[in-house]
Amino acid sequence: MSRPNKLASPEASASTPAATADLARRAGAEDPEAALALAEDVLGRALRIGATEAEVLVMAGDSALTRFANSEIHQNVAERNLTVSLRHVVGRRIAVVSTGRVDAEGLRSLVHRAAAIARSCEELEDWAGLPAPADAARSIGSTIGWSDATAVATPEFRADGVRAVIAAADAVGVLAYGSFSTEAEAVAVANSAGIRAAEQRTSSQLLTVHMSPDGGTGYAESVGMDATTIDAAAVGREAATKARASDRPVTVEPGDYPVVLEEYAVVDVTDMLGYVGFSALAVQEERSFAEPGRKIGTELVTIIDDGADTAGLPMSFDYEGVRKQRVSLLEAGVCRDVVYDSQTAARAGHISTGHGLPAPNPWGPFPLNAVMSAGTTPREELIGGLDRGLLVTRFHYTNVVHPKLAMITGMTRDGTFLVEGGRIVGPVRNLRFTQSYLEALAGVSAVSSTRKTLKGFLGAAVVPALRIDAWTFTGVTEF
Amino acid sequence: MRDLTNRVLDTAAQLGATYADVRVIRRRDESITVKSGRVEGVAMGENDGFGVRVVVDGAWGFAASDRLELEEADRVGALAVRIAKASSTALRRPVDLDGRPPASGAYETPVEEDPFKIPLERKISDLVEADRAAGAVEGVTFTESMYSGHREWKTFAATDGSFTEQVITQVGTAVEANAIEGDEHQRRSYPDAGGGYQAAGYEYIRGLDMLGNAQSVGDEAVALLHAPQCPPGVRTIVLDPSMLYLQIHESCGHPSELDRVFGTEASYAGTSFLTPDKLEEGFQYGSELVTIVADATAPGGMGTFGWDDEGVAAQQVPLVQNGRFVGYLSSRETAPRVGRQSGGAMRADGWNRIPLIRMTNVNMVPVPGMSLDEIVADTDDGLYLANNRSWSIDDRRLNFQFATEVAYEIKGGKRGQLYKNATYTGITYEFWRSCDAVGDDRSYVMLGTPNCGKGEPSQTARVGHAVPGARFRNVQVGVGKW
Repeated sequence: MSRPNKLASPEASASTPAATADLARRAGAEDPEAALALAEDVLGRALRIGATEAEVLVMAGDSALTRFANSEIHQNVAERNLTVSLRHVVGRRIAVVSTGRVDAEGLRSLVHRAAAIARSCEELEDWAGLPAPADAARSIGSTIGWSDATAVATPEFRADGVRAVIAAADAVGVLAYGSFSTEAEAVAVANSAGIRAAEQRTSSQLLTVHMSPDGGTGYAESVGMDATTIDAAAVGREAATKARASDRPVTVEPGDYPVVLEEYAVVDVTDMLGYVGFSALAVQEERSFAEPGRKIGTELVTIIDDGADTAGLPMSFDYEGVRKQRVSLLEAGVCRDVVYDSQTAARAGHISTGHGLPAPNPWGPFPLNAVMSAGTTPREELIGGLDRGLLVTRFHYTNVVHPKLAMITGMTRDGTFLVEGGRIVGPVRNLRFTQSYLEALAGVSAVSSTRKTLKGFLGAAVVPALRIDAWTFTGVTEF
Repeated sequence: MRDLTNRVLDTAAQLGATYADVRVIRRRDESITVKSGRVEGVAMGENDGFGVRVVVDGAWGFAASDRLELEEADRVGALAVRIAKASSTALRRPVDLDGRPPASGAYETPVEEDPFKIPLERKISDLVEADRAAGAVEGVTFTESMYSGHREWKTFAATDGSFTEQVITQVGTAVEANAIEGDEHQRRSYPDAGGGYQAAGYEYIRGLDMLGNAQSVGDEAVALLHAPQCPPGVRTIVLDPSMLYLQIHESCGHPSELDRVFGTEASYAGTSFLTPDKLEEGFQYGSELVTIVADATAPGGMGTFGWDDEGVAAQQVPLVQNGRFVGYLSSRETAPRVGRQSGGAMRADGWNRIPLIRMTNVNMVPVPGMSLDEIVADTDDGLYLANNRSWSIDDRRLNFQFATEVAYEIKGGKRGQLYKNATYTGITYEFWRSCDAVGDDRSYVMLGTPNCGKGEPSQTARVGHAVPGARFRNVQVGVGKW
């Protein structure tokens, strides 16, 4: 896809109701140019009624998810959605109004409501203005995160994948529970400072929990921007093997154990650290552990945020239209930088790293594309370093107990095993942990040489498996 | 509106649907965020669209669109049928719905002061004043306060002739103070960690007296910085309503959801220890003082409505009666599997999400006798825990751990020493069996949350909990290394 670099002046972008309706019809995952044109249309409307600055974010697309349980499809959904969000600025007074109604009347109402709200607001004293990066035009037309195959995925395609997962479950006498999703969207940003950014993004995720009648459960997941690269049968087999291996678990006492965390557990570590610490707002509010030069992990631990890494789910710009920078968060265990949006960047005298979320955003910027460096240890050899420890497949319902210590509690789930003498002895009942993730990184003694792309609560992450010298388990449950 | 609902239902039926329903929803949300006295965000959002759910060949299909046009109704109705046919290729138990009567009528949340008609300037100034009062306390690092208004217009129609219209209005607010020194970060909030929410108008916000309570929030956040660490041990604890409601939410509300019991949330939120055999045997969930009811008719509740998203009328469903497990939150599909009719708990997060079994208002029934203050006075040695700070529970809802913003020592019936970083943990039924005092009407308060997560794609539900405060014995307090 290409787009002529014709940045029309917003004031000149007045359009007829018919033209607006046409844009609204075309603005979808397949037509980011129409999404951008719609953003420009709204931008012009805002400026014509008195906005001194304005930013318009358009997100349009289709998403679908096929959900299965008890080895049958029980929920199967699809939606088409388009949202226009306007950040309307008058001096230092700022309002954000969003709508899904994109006919001429809906958009007229949008800008007039925004103007009225802005007039009612107090001034934001340290408002730094909307971002205006020099390379905005290069963000137009990127397809780095797009797959045609995902965009055209059908209900039948997803059902085929689900049946492959179920077949793997049937083969070992267990039941399958999970989901297969496909998403395609266009994201476009236009602002009065000159940003014009638009691109197409796709993603797909297949996950399953296999549950055995003998008490075992096993998890597997595959994520990619191209749904056809997901090997559903392999996902099913991985979960099936683990479910049967975790049959008839026994109780081990809570306490400190060395652990091997599989990638499904590690993604929670990168997510939580991003959530509580690797954000400029967290630093500015003094609630972050992250200080440049502070050593929190072993030399084996390096984490960056990289929206251009095609191993993840790439995106070339953020929700303010700012091109995403590659940010080193933790380098050989040492804190380096955090991520910024335009407002936190202005406060710090820094550049925005392109990590803004849709306005208004009281939570601050977050790393949405975490990438943890691979190590040199073959994945299957990680447990070889455990005299007596636990192999953890994934975590469940983790939450922050103490933010500045990055102390987290949660449960193990879907495959927890006792390891003795470097070999798996057998499955154990799930345990609760209460553990500082900072201290955990200080105990990383081995990193797998391979990684997986997974979806966490902050976005996509590319992570290896880890061996950690001590992990504090504080309770046990009945299964 | 009937043109659209009729068109999409007719399309689905003509293409083979044996049952179809459609919800047309318009939502309006308004929010104000204030940080350290600055208005950081004022936002208003509106969206509308429709979602159609069909049964074809015994399987479910669902499709939704934001384009309220007749041609789009044809496309979406046909897509839902196509999806259902794809579902039927991996089907083991055909859908069988209970026989509720067709629903018709209208419902609207009672509102004294329409929150969307209160001038925005007034709402902003109310919030800014409270936030600045909390931040004026010396030692407060930053404050964060919010106001939220929500209204939903919903039309439901089904091929059985049901047609209902509802207007739901909800508001919420919070003020929060944070004090940070070195590695210590302490937070206090009012009225609740996530905000106080009710189905009501702006009169609820005024009644909270945010400004009058703001300074104490700041004072206590600072005091917590230098308070001693809550000592570990097996203790008696008294839970303030601001903590008890979340305890009920996580350890009673979620495990009572019958879709979880049947495994349809297994891959995400998990399943439940409250299996159907426990319903048959009258499992002892708690002590005799523990009675919990799901009540979609409770005044002010975030889970109060006229009909659920399957057209089942709002009702009261006992979940735990004098300690015995007696009922589930259920749907038209799941309830017959335990020999019952739907309890009316199917709720969707907007037009583009399929209904799931969700909490309505899961309330703990007060016990006449003692107010919460009198329970404290009746306690020789214990801890009083208020306002949640962290929550976690296993995927069958047995092993839980909560942290609270504050803990006060109770000695000789009086609240004393303030402690920081309090945590407590337990096994759900052991914990509820240890309940030996429940507050009466004098401490009964309706709380709730707007962000109960469940489902794939993810949905958030707005649920209520009316609770009176309660006391529990022999609870493990103080978890982890500090």
